[in-house]
Amino acid sequence: MRQLEPTSRTRIAKDRAARGFLLALTLLALVPLALILYYLVKQGFEAINWEFLTTDPTGRFLGDPGGIRSAIVGTTIMVALAAAISVPIGVGVALYLVEYGKRTRFANTVRYFIDVMTGVPSVVFGLFVYITLVVSQIGGTFAAWKGSVALALLMIPIVARSSEVVLNLVPDSIREAALALGAPRWRVVTRVVLPTAFPGLVTSSLLAIARGAGETAPLLFTVAFANEMAFNLNDRMNSLPLQIYNDVSQAQDRLVARAWGAALTLVVMILVLIVIARLVQRRSRLAT
Amino acid sequence: MEAGSLSSKKTGAPKPSWASGSGSHVGDAILKYGLAGLAVGVLVLIAYFFVRLIVEAEPALSQVGVIDFVFGDSWVPSQGDYGALPLLVGTLITSVIALIVGVPVAIATALYITELCPKRFRGPLTVVVDLLAAVPSVVYGLWGIFFLAPKLEPAEKWFSETFAFLPLVDPDKVSIPNYFVAGVILAIMIVPIVSAISREVISTVPAEQKEGALALGATRWEMLRMAVLPYSRAGIAGASMLGLGRAIGETIAVVIVIGNAAVIGSTIFSQGYTLAAVIANEFGEAASDPLHRAALIACGLLLFILTLIVNAIARYFVNKAEEGQASRVPAGMAG
Repeated sequence: MRQLEPTSRTRIAKDRAARGFLLALTLLALVPLALILYYLVKQGFEAINWEFLTTDPTGRFLGDPGGIRSAIVGTTIMVALAAAISVPIGVGVALYLVEYGKRTRFANTVRYFIDVMTGVPSVVFGLFVYITLVVSQIGGTFAAWKGSVALALLMIPIVARSSEVVLNLVPDSIREAALALGAPRWRVVTRVVLPTAFPGLVTSSLLAIARGAGETAPLLFTVAFANEMAFNLNDRMNSLPLQIYNDVSQAQDRLVARAWGAALTLVVMILVLIVIARLVQRRSRLAT
Repeated sequence: MEAGSLSSKKTGAPKPSWASGSGSHVGDAILKYGLAGLAVGVLVLIAYFFVRLIVEAEPALSQVGVIDFVFGDSWVPSQGDYGALPLLVGTLITSVIALIVGVPVAIATALYITELCPKRFRGPLTVVVDLLAAVPSVVYGLWGIFFLAPKLEPAEKWFSETFAFLPLVDPDKVSIPNYFVAGVILAIMIVPIVSAISREVISTVPAEQKEGALALGATRWEMLRMAVLPYSRAGIAGASMLGLGRAIGETIAVVIVIGNAAVIGSTIFSQGYTLAAVIANEFGEAASDPLHRAALIACGLLLFILTLIVNAIARYFVNKAEEGQASRVPAGMAG
């Protein structure tokens, strides 16, 4: 038998070099993340204390700038409302695509435009809500609920697309089993498909909410800015992203310090949502 | 198409008889048409969206003229000059920098995670790369202006002095912040999406093809180069275009780090402006001036059209890559 030729040295060297290069670039991608988190934690911790979290911004340029309580409350309220709008619509569209539309031309068109919608810049959504709801003065000018609408527009396609993936994981066999027992289609959807897919739908909704919570541009045109805490949805409201944005643009160290504190708070809120989403996903019975 | 529908028969794609729904149940009809109504609503919304943007931008477009608006190089709202070219150029420069810096890194992470990485690191690495997408854009802006821009300044100065002979580089014109800082921030921001879609596309490359290459004696790199990359080229191109769409539309991070000067910068280290940035930055002052407001909405329209085109092309490539490969794999051998 003929001896096998060993792979040539240059080819092995090339292989090593290429693999090393890919690894190096992968590690390079992690450098900014590490730097951002490091600075966020370092600068953020200096700013955050109990008082910081429990007082409202004073709006003063010099002197005590105050904390971020109204921003935390405002973000929570507006994002919750945005979720209440976007999750039912997003999941509904996904249900249509999976249970009824399937591969029809209409369903594919919807799918395509939802994909395109995920690519529309958030600033354009803000502008759209500004035109339709703020300029036309429906119930006054700037209002928290209009900000929620803008966030919801941005979240709908995200919820719809990820929910579709989840619903597709529900095995056809259990749908068929329910139908064979004589259940009408709508009961199959509401009593079998939805409960089976529930954890996955929670995960996709939470990830979309996490995405919406960090958005600044849609709120800029629709809610405007306020210092004091507000619970009236028809009024201006503060929010963490806008608070950060406003403070960054100031040439004042104490305001910038507050921006870091607010940024750390916002990132922690988003990370909590993501972690909960992943934990729920892990408990789901559907294979991903 | 023919082959695709034949092979999909085994996987159960054709409608079972119950899928068409029996009209006798009222609940069925309500659910079916209610959900279809939602889907139609989303399409109508997008169309309405487009029409309203055009209507609201019209005063500015008719006053300035569409061509002069897009290609006019002077943007001075106080004098009624609305030429969006400096903004358009800024958007292009920053996006191109973002692609040049971000896409190779994103593809490398995708290749490394799917093909080379030890299995136990695969999950954690994916999570960490995806974390980049969890950072809000305003936080990127904050970090960019207070950390990245000052840290990059010496490097930019050195680069400008050493490579002064290159076009778009001039040692006397390095200002902080600038196009390049914005481009780097955008590059970091597009890595997660480009990487995620590339991973999806790369993971559809059939195992037999990769194993075939290895069995013929290819090294790992040769396998990637000859079996994986050619197969997923279209999908990776689509993923990069999705990243481009993101970069074009990103607003808040850019408005913080680009300097907001409405001129066409002569170097990549000049201050500039982008379409998205101008909307966010001048929106407040434009509230009292209808023409200025219309001009900003026209910028939004331009941005909308740009991202629509880029995303439509990107989706075409990505969908083709994913579907084309699914139908090429014999049904029994998939996975």
